[in-house]
Amino acid sequence: MFGRHSDLPLAGDATSRFLPWLVALMVFLAAMAVSGAFAVNEVMSRWDHDVTGTVTVQVLPAGGERAEAATDERVRQAVDLIRAVPGVLAVKALDKARTLALLEPWLGGTDVVRDLPLPRLIDVTVDPDARIDLAEVADRLSHAVPGAALDDHRVWLSRLINLSRTMEWLAIVVVGLIGLVTSATVVYATRTGMAVHHDIIEVLHLIGAHDDYIARQFADRAFVLGLGGGLFGLAMAVPALSALGWAARRLEGGFLPSIGLPLAGYVVIGLLPLLAAGLAMLTARLTVHGALARMP
Amino acid sequence: MRHRPRGENIIRFDSVGLRYGLGPEVLRDVTFALPSGSFHFLTGPSGAGKSSLLRLMYLGLRPTRGRVVLFDRDIASTRRYELPALRRRIGVVFQEFRLLDHLTALDNVALPLRVRGVRESEIRKHVPELLSWVGLADQLGAKPSTLSGGQKQRVAIARAVIGRPDLLLADEPTGNVDDHIAMRLMYLFEELNKLGTTIVVATHNESLVSRFAHNPRLHLEHGQVTRVN
Repeated sequence: MFGRHSDLPLAGDATSRFLPWLVALMVFLAAMAVSGAFAVNEVMSRWDHDVTGTVTVQVLPAGGERAEAATDERVRQAVDLIRAVPGVLAVKALDKARTLALLEPWLGGTDVVRDLPLPRLIDVTVDPDARIDLAEVADRLSHAVPGAALDDHRVWLSRLINLSRTMEWLAIVVVGLIGLVTSATVVYATRTGMAVHHDIIEVLHLIGAHDDYIARQFADRAFVLGLGGGLFGLAMAVPALSALGWAARRLEGGFLPSIGLPLAGYVVIGLLPLLAAGLAMLTARLTVHGALARMP
Repeated sequence: MRHRPRGENIIRFDSVGLRYGLGPEVLRDVTFALPSGSFHFLTGPSGAGKSSLLRLMYLGLRPTRGRVVLFDRDIASTRRYELPALRRRIGVVFQEFRLLDHLTALDNVALPLRVRGVRESEIRKHVPELLSWVGLADQLGAKPSTLSGGQKQRVAIARAVIGRPDLLLADEPTGNVDDHIAMRLMYLFEELNKLGTTIVVATHNESLVSRFAHNPRLHLEHGQVTRVN
């Protein structure tokens, strides 16, 4: 493969000079798609991990002259009701100061905000293995405590997970399309190379070369070009991904969990040049075999 | 060398016809047999079909009709992947030499050995020996573009015989060389023939044929073998 003897002067072919550039671009795009899919999946799994076993109770503020005290009373009732449910491990009502702190990134910390009738939140930790009928608890809660509602995160989380799965499939389709484009280009370059070197191929054929002897030389060349292009594409992708990661870390601001690639992501991205080179090699080999099969 | 016993047919054509595409038949009802160890001239005017007949013999083409039997194998029923093994038993000196311009004389001659997977150490031993034998000891590293017509021809012949073929086919091998070199090449072919290689030399050089008149000839006219003697 590297330094292996070749009877065909493929190294000087003008037709294959564009191949490394194309493979570089394809590996760059594939690295973006793969890292995007892995990053989204990582964020989703962290979110899932963070909210599994937790539910939130929201209590709307009471109106009237003694609104603050009435709201506190509603929160106390809700806490008592929830605490009595079997399988509940901990119940923690967030006081108004903590609620304001959570809203500060979006609404700021002015006095106007402090005077707003904000809903109060109760953070509930449940045993993940306990089979709690959350719908029944929610029903009881809404009847027993005015303005209280239970949110078990599953609805919005499942939508996010669906989004994550869709992005994963999208990445797979993108990588598949990239592979197809790469293969088509290798087929074109190989056929052009075969046309250019037709006379040499015929001589090799007539002196008793097996098809694979000829195909191997094209395959070796495609592998070397593919690997070179792939490594260049990877070298371009690394700073681009680092820049995206840096931008994402600045964006987080407590809203997103930390965005990063899992080890599998690094492995897959690191293997992309090798996969591209392998694909180029296999495509070239099959193309030559297909063409030689038409010779007598 | 694993030559067959002299006298057995090494190649046989039965009513062979050949046409290119939808064109007229360039070979018609060609029937002959060449005994192993024989030396034949293939003669005929230009356009008679000599090169086409040679292409059929070195398996560069398949006949459109008739039967070709080579080394006791009916080519029509021989699987494609078995053909390289048969081709390796045939040495060919092409009319235009068909040397690979980007390779040195040594690498050109080494080609038949490389396709067989012969070790480089063997190649480095035998190829210079043969090139010395054809008078090109000082041209091992020369590219064909720097060689004269006669030198190219000798490289082409060395490439054809390096694999010690059972059958050597030469298409106008003396066409581009002076009489002196032509005679040397013919003597080289006769030497190979004495060692057991079956030789077919296509030529329209009647004076050459007459100088080696002891060898029989296949004569082609208008795509048909008109004389075998």
